[in-house]
Amino acid sequence: MRVVLTIAGYGFREAVRRKVFAVVVVLTVVFLALFWLACHFVFSRLSGISPPVGVDVDTRTFAGAFMLGLAMFATLFLGVVLAVFLTLGVVSGDAERGLLQPLVVRPVGRSTLLLSRFLGAAAVSTVYVLAVYGLSLAIIDVSGSWLPPAKLTPGLELAGAVVIVIALSLLGSVVLSSTANGIAVFMLFGAGLVAGLLGTIGHVLNSHTIQHASTVAAWALPFEALYQDGLRLISGSATGVTGFLLELGPFGGAYVHGWPIRVWAAGYLVVALGLAMLAFRRRDL
Amino acid sequence: MAHALEVQGLAKRYGAVEALKGVDLVVEEGELFGLLGPNGAGKSTLVKIAVGLVRPTGGRAAVAGAAAGSRAARAELGYLAELFRFPGWYTADEVLTLHQQLAGSTGGAAERKRLLDLVALADARGRRVDAMSKGMQQRLGVAQALVGEPRVLLLDEPTSALDPAGRRVVRLLLEELRGKGVSVLLNSHLLSEIELVCDRVAILRAGEVVTVGSPAELSRPRGVELETDEGIRTIEGATKEDAPRLVAEAVTAGRHVYGVRVLTSTLEETYLEAVGDEVS
Repeated sequence: MRVVLTIAGYGFREAVRRKVFAVVVVLTVVFLALFWLACHFVFSRLSGISPPVGVDVDTRTFAGAFMLGLAMFATLFLGVVLAVFLTLGVVSGDAERGLLQPLVVRPVGRSTLLLSRFLGAAAVSTVYVLAVYGLSLAIIDVSGSWLPPAKLTPGLELAGAVVIVIALSLLGSVVLSSTANGIAVFMLFGAGLVAGLLGTIGHVLNSHTIQHASTVAAWALPFEALYQDGLRLISGSATGVTGFLLELGPFGGAYVHGWPIRVWAAGYLVVALGLAMLAFRRRDL
Repeated sequence: MAHALEVQGLAKRYGAVEALKGVDLVVEEGELFGLLGPNGAGKSTLVKIAVGLVRPTGGRAAVAGAAAGSRAARAELGYLAELFRFPGWYTADEVLTLHQQLAGSTGGAAERKRLLDLVALADARGRRVDAMSKGMQQRLGVAQALVGEPRVLLLDEPTSALDPAGRRVVRLLLEELRGKGVSVLLNSHLLSEIELVCDRVAILRAGEVVTVGSPAELSRPRGVELETDEGIRTIEGATKEDAPRLVAEAVTAGRHVYGVRVLTSTLEETYLEAVGDEVS
């Protein structure tokens, strides 16, 4: 355990030194300030919005779920930025710079070394994601007196999504250079988001082909599915026209959801980490 | 007792390139062993296999009786890579602390102080790595390799960035380690350094061991040179033992002898003969 903490601390100090945290904190402060402004204006003008006669829309729930969906997207994006920059060069990058070799020859074991870096990055990213998500919830509550029916689970699913990205980034760092790995992980992340949006469009248009493609993408890239499941949970109380309108938007929620995708995501994480360890054990340095 | 390092039929292939072609080598306990060869001869690959950084494609290597790369083998060795770097934001003391924790050393502050003293970095204990010269970083690398009192030390070009004073520090350190029974595999291009400190030397060429022996064995006799009133004469094939007889014979023959010199080929000449004109 002491060795794990030592190596995790080593990675943490490296991130501090490379100003990864400074960049992420600045971006987060900017985002939260803009988000607070947006919530303030949206909820202060909510009373002036009147739906067409005969259409029953809960404007507060609609605005709250939409704004929280936006915050969850931003949190996921910032969390992924943090996670990728903490891990993209753990193996190839550090080996190219000669930082890794003195550590690997110690009697710690390559798997322990990689697992420690994973745990360090996962702990930091989870705390970060939960903090930003919690602050977003607080801003919505203060600005609009609205909170979703499920408060903790969407945040945990966001953190889980980021942890899966960490495992993929570590796996990539074994076989790709830092730059190539960063590009690959961000492209995967982007592909997941596009697939999620396509799924929403597919359901609106009732296109089975697009729905099928989106479902396959959700299982192949479960970080996206967890994020979508979180969106589903925050808008779970919205029914009728309100729910329908939310489903039409980009933060409408998942069509692959619930415990099956959570269990699959956990298994996916274990396999990705296992592959990373196996590849690292076989890699010449 | 197991050999400090033993490799048998060690082979390594990188794609189409054969870096090692069945190398056999033994480093005994307490021995200071030098590895010589031109760039690309396979020296670093051999060391990297021994410390577990590279997997061999054939043969076997063992450190203190344990398979190279295993946890047991890594627990017995200290290693300084040819190209290495410590995090620039760590101080010298923090680098050693990190490696103490990873090596499971219980030496604490006393061990760190002793090691920094050994490599003449006592005054730089609190200095950050990125504020150190290359030579200081290399000496810190040597200190790092000694954390946890390893039985076997593998040093890949440990003096490449050092000035003459720094080289002397490392040379004295190696001699001290030999006195303590530590086995050292020294990979270096500096023949004079190898000749000065090593008990035995192996010369590698294109992934194969060309010759092995002590520096004295490798420095073969080339004859005796006799300077008399008739001029300088070289008696080829004569050895040091023949010198008194040759002088006596010259004096008996009425010659005035001004000097006698036993000629041997230097390690450099033996090296160049072994590796040919290979320049890389």
